[in-house]
Amino acid sequence: MPFAIEADTLIKTFKGKHEVRALDGVSFNVEEGRVFGLLGPNGSGKTTAVRVLTTILKPDGGSARVLGHDVVKKAGLVRSLIGLAGQYAAVDENLTGRENLQMVGNLNHLERTTVSGRATDLLAQFNLDDAGDRPLKTYSGGMRRRLDLAAALVARPTVLFLDEPTTGLDPQSRNDLWEVIENLVGEGTTVLLTTQYLEEADRLASILAVLDHGHVIAEGTPAELKADLGATVLEVGLSTTDDASRTARILDALGPHTAVVNGTVVEVTVDEGPTSAMAGLRSLDQEGIVPTAFTLREPSLDDVFLALTGRRTEDESEESHGPDQAPGNRALRQAAEAMPIATGELS
Amino acid sequence: MTTAIATPTLSGAPHSEHLAARLRWAVSDTLTMTKRNLLAVTRIPEALFFSAVQPIMFVLLFRYVFGGEINIPGTTYVNYLMPGIFVQTVAFGAVSTSIGLAEDLQKGLIERFRALPMTRSAVLTGRTTADLIRNVFVVIIMTVVGLAVGFRPTTGVVPYIAGVLLILLFAYALSWGFAVIGLSAPNSETAQVMSFPLLFPLTFISSAFVNVHTMPSWLQGFATYQPVSVTVSACRALMIGGATATWVIQSLLWTIGFLIVLIPLASWRYRTRT
Repeated sequence: MPFAIEADTLIKTFKGKHEVRALDGVSFNVEEGRVFGLLGPNGSGKTTAVRVLTTILKPDGGSARVLGHDVVKKAGLVRSLIGLAGQYAAVDENLTGRENLQMVGNLNHLERTTVSGRATDLLAQFNLDDAGDRPLKTYSGGMRRRLDLAAALVARPTVLFLDEPTTGLDPQSRNDLWEVIENLVGEGTTVLLTTQYLEEADRLASILAVLDHGHVIAEGTPAELKADLGATVLEVGLSTTDDASRTARILDALGPHTAVVNGTVVEVTVDEGPTSAMAGLRSLDQEGIVPTAFTLREPSLDDVFLALTGRRTEDESEESHGPDQAPGNRALRQAAEAMPIATGELS
Repeated sequence: MTTAIATPTLSGAPHSEHLAARLRWAVSDTLTMTKRNLLAVTRIPEALFFSAVQPIMFVLLFRYVFGGEINIPGTTYVNYLMPGIFVQTVAFGAVSTSIGLAEDLQKGLIERFRALPMTRSAVLTGRTTADLIRNVFVVIIMTVVGLAVGFRPTTGVVPYIAGVLLILLFAYALSWGFAVIGLSAPNSETAQVMSFPLLFPLTFISSAFVNVHTMPSWLQGFATYQPVSVTVSACRALMIGGATATWVIQSLLWTIGFLIVLIPLASWRYRTRT
């Protein structure tokens, strides 16, 4: 099967006060019609990889091809084949939704008559027909993202790049956007998606690469990545640290993974969520320990990272004050916890 | 593994190497970007204020508040003032180029444009063309306001229009300069802050509002021959009479010099700004 996207040992260094090697030999291939997820924390190189593949940045080393065309030598051609929707919802504030889509259509060199038809169709498809002629200032965050995605689709690209399409969205808008993306995939579009959320990658992507410090540190299907990890995370909140360490010893017995204590919270990854949870609760009851919280959730990116690298994710842009105080880390964990709770039926 | 795949898209001519086609798309893309920037002017209250209200306030201020103290031999102060106000207005208006470009960079719009198969330079040509068109309206409004407060051009319609064209050309050259600033600033606020230290000396240490002979002698050289003054003097000569050729030539030389230096500089900044 031919590859829609090929990245071959891409290297990109940003010079400045601190030289940052954003891409340090990144390679991956994406088959046509697949959704490929690039998973990683802030600063891992996801956005830089997308910017190189979409011809915005030239790599310092290595090469990349989209539909067989080199992104540097055939940049103009590549641009006419791709769509890009970014995490910053790059739409023009001063225009209406319709005007934004028409502008992008015209800049894609579509026929003028095609452009207005496409704009109307996309506004309807993205549930923006009522808001289409209103200025963007009146749009909510979710509406902007939908318009941004619509703008990326004006020229019916065969390859679509989505850079953190749902970061910062509320759960409802995130779900809406996921449905839109799933429909696109049904139509055969190849999608490269970057995300910080394991759940998003799990739901949308058929294959994942985990990026860390400009390296691909793991690649596989979501199921394969999670198999290494334990399917579910059991999280128990206690009232004292003493109770926490006692609980950790009890949960260790559930195996095969070791429980981790964070203050008064104990976490353990387990293979059979509900069964382990019941066993855990029974043991705690026998010991007379009363938990303040008891949660069963899907592993987060944080957990994947812990399993792959032995350390938690860190936010490159923030000063790290130890692994658990890192703000980015906390934000990631909160985001992961806001997701629906796992049911232990992971594939 | 590098098999090229047949890729049906909607694009009629997605990517053409032919010069004629590329030129046609360059014009089309510039028009698209021009339209986009002009729509913004009508929708941002601040932009309308800077384009129309502020210049009118300057006219009223100098005409009725300061003007009584300023004596210009041989003509009325309002006749002396208006060509100066025209040039000052278009110079101030050029700041919107730097703010607009800095904002597009900040908001990620330039990223989107860079990933589109459009003519790259259209981001800049569309911006400066929009400025030019906006200035046409500004000069028309200012002419009407001027006539209402007693401005009486004495040389006839053709020299007056020549003066207006000279101002528009000068303003177009300035836009490219402010494009360089906009592409160098980290955000739109800084772009604005970076623009004013340039604008103030150019518009106020000039012959736009007062006779430069009233300034200290060490300032007179700069105040007479700097680009804004030269253009004001040329317009004044074209609109209310006086020695024309020498000022017009000097103004055109500044304009051409600016264009030769600033267009490549702005294009280079646009290409290298990441």
